[in-house]
Amino acid sequence: MEKVVKVISSAVPLANEDIDTDQIIPARFLKATSREGFGDNLFRDWRYNNDNSKKDFVLNDSTYAGSILVAGKNFGCGSSREHAAWALYDYGFRVVVSSFFADIFKGNALNNGLLPVQVSEEYLQGLLAAVKADPSTEVQVDLESQEIEFNGKKATFEVNPYKKVCLINGYDDIDYLVSIKEEITAFEASAITI
Amino acid sequence: MAKTLFDKVWDAHVVKQIEGGIDVLYIDRHLIHEVTSPQAFAELEARGLELFRRDKIVATPDHNIPTENQHLPIKDALSRLQVDKLLENCAKHKVELYGLGHPFQGIVHVIGPELGITLPGRTMVCGDSHTSTHGAFGAIAFGIGTSQVAQVMASQCLLQSRPKTMRITVDGELNKGVSAKDIILYIISQLTAAGGTGYFVEYAGSAIKSLSMEARMTICNMSIEMGARGGMIAPDQTTFDYIKGREFAPKGEAFEKAVAYWETLHTDADATFDLEYNFPAADIEPMITYGTNPGMGIKIKGTIPETLGLASQDSYHKALNYMGFKPGESLLGKEISHVFIGSCTNSRIEDLRVVANYVKGKQRAAHVQAMIVPGSKQVEKQAIAEGLDLILKEAGFELREPGCSACLGMNEDKVPAGAYCVSTSNRNFEGRQGPGARTLLASPLVAAITAVQGKIVDITEFLN
Ligand code: SF4
Repeated sequence: MEKVVKVISSAVPLANEDIDTDQIIPARFLKATSREGFGDNLFRDWRYNNDNSKKDFVLNDSTYAGSILVAGKNFGCGSSREHAAWALYDYGFRVVVSSFFADIFKGNALNNGLLPVQVSEEYLQGLLAAVKADPSTEVQVDLESQEIEFNGKKATFEVNPYKKVCLINGYDDIDYLVSIKEEITAFEASAITI
Repeated sequence: MAKTLFDKVWDAHVVKQIEGGIDVLYIDRHLIHEVTSPQAFAELEARGLELFRRDKIVATPDHNIPTENQHLPIKDALSRLQVDKLLENCAKHKVELYGLGHPFQGIVHVIGPELGITLPGRTMVCGDSHTSTHGAFGAIAFGIGTSQVAQVMASQCLLQSRPKTMRITVDGELNKGVSAKDIILYIISQLTAAGGTGYFVEYAGSAIKSLSMEARMTICNMSIEMGARGGMIAPDQTTFDYIKGREFAPKGEAFEKAVAYWETLHTDADATFDLEYNFPAADIEPMITYGTNPGMGIKIKGTIPETLGLASQDSYHKALNYMGFKPGESLLGKEISHVFIGSCTNSRIEDLRVVANYVKGKQRAAHVQAMIVPGSKQVEKQAIAEGLDLILKEAGFELREPGCSACLGMNEDKVPAGAYCVSTSNRNFEGRQGPGARTLLASPLVAAITAVQGKIVDITEFLN
């Protein structure tokens, strides 16, 4: 996993609420057996018509660019497909800012070096308005200090301390779990077995 | 200390706690399918790791498979590749696999319980959010991402922070025509699609206790639709009776011993939850959804609300536009062209019986395409043994072979753009059943009546 420390970028605003992972990456694009290439189909049905012509959608609007996606509350609900996190990352996003994230999506994002930054609804609305007013607005996200800032407005965000260490160092859970196999085996011997 | 059902099962599986309050949680059973496992196997191989406990994994293809001519090679090249990859990975890593044509094949969340793999007190995961289904037995069961699938493969454990606990109590007698699906659609409409986020839910109360195991699975299945990690119901005699004699369930003395343990799996009288809700069963009526998330549900006789709680009007109108509905409108009389009965929510034998029982001697409306897809080979076999297949065919329903099918439209079973589909599945997201498809979630009974009437009706007028 790539390390995540600091992201400074303009942002892409997507104010819709309850964006589910079926929108982020529709099921019919889950047939691949590798992790690569999902970015092409990110928000597929919002980006393209059936004949592949482009729809009026923020990712098709050259006014907006950057590696930070700012989205409405309850982002990533629905299916557990990790492909949603892969698609966002593959497209080039490194941070998603929202006022609320669905649990499984949040976990999947953290496992793939995509940082979910949860802010208050008020801060989110302020950020969305600022980006719409000036698409070049610079947003800074600092994982070390757990701070986000735009136009001098700062907010802090939560990250689990263990996950933070993982992100900053590019470690993932599997390394740790494999390192404690002996303890797991000992646990099995004492566990209730039904 | 007084404990909830959730606490008892969780605590019994904590290997150790690490920094940040994260638990190393031991996983008893791991279900895998073709869509979310190939990258996990690849990751394992890339790291030179072996499966840690292959005997705790069971695999079956379900999401991507055709529901016709399953004995023939899969036509869609990408689907075939994915299913072949599962076969190849399972053969290579010696994982128990129920492939196409195997008598145990089916939707993961249907086969786990029917094979006796799902048991009270177990922890279970699958790279699929509806793993919550298995909680109906008093198991802790939840969906995980593919990176976590690889973690469980490599260590039989996951790093998890402990969720908060919620209890939802439904007391009293259910109204006529109200099924488990209506109960859960009602609960989600009250809590919203995000109302359960961060929580593990226990369903309790006399209305829940009165339900069969299959009905309890329908309830727990949709826990994820309010954002909860999972849902569970304390095991009782109904649970034990269901498990007894199943393929992989404990037998004889081992079963008696297991029951003695399972009987301890209930919330202690003085245990507390982080959040509690109480709903009288009398308030629940047959339900249907009108929007693009499962929280957007109303009583079938009701009207679409003018606003939706705290949701922004923009998002709300976008959803209604997609569906072609207006605020304040009633759905009664709306013409429906598609009916889908299936998915891990409602594709079990009791669901098929409800449908067959209603449509017997009737005909689907001429303009309706009605598809019914059993959840597993065993459900299909039972349906045929009971003659349900003939009843359904005579009524003009297409009975297909087991799989996820039009629940998510990964195979050719799709709903056309713009068409309305009353579906017994669990998600009405935009495009879920095919690009542009408009899904209305409902119970098998509502779906059956809709297929015959060709439009949304007040089903209580059609029951005797
Ligand atoms: S039936 Fe639908 S919800 Fe259930 S596992 Fe299959 S795709 Fe997922």
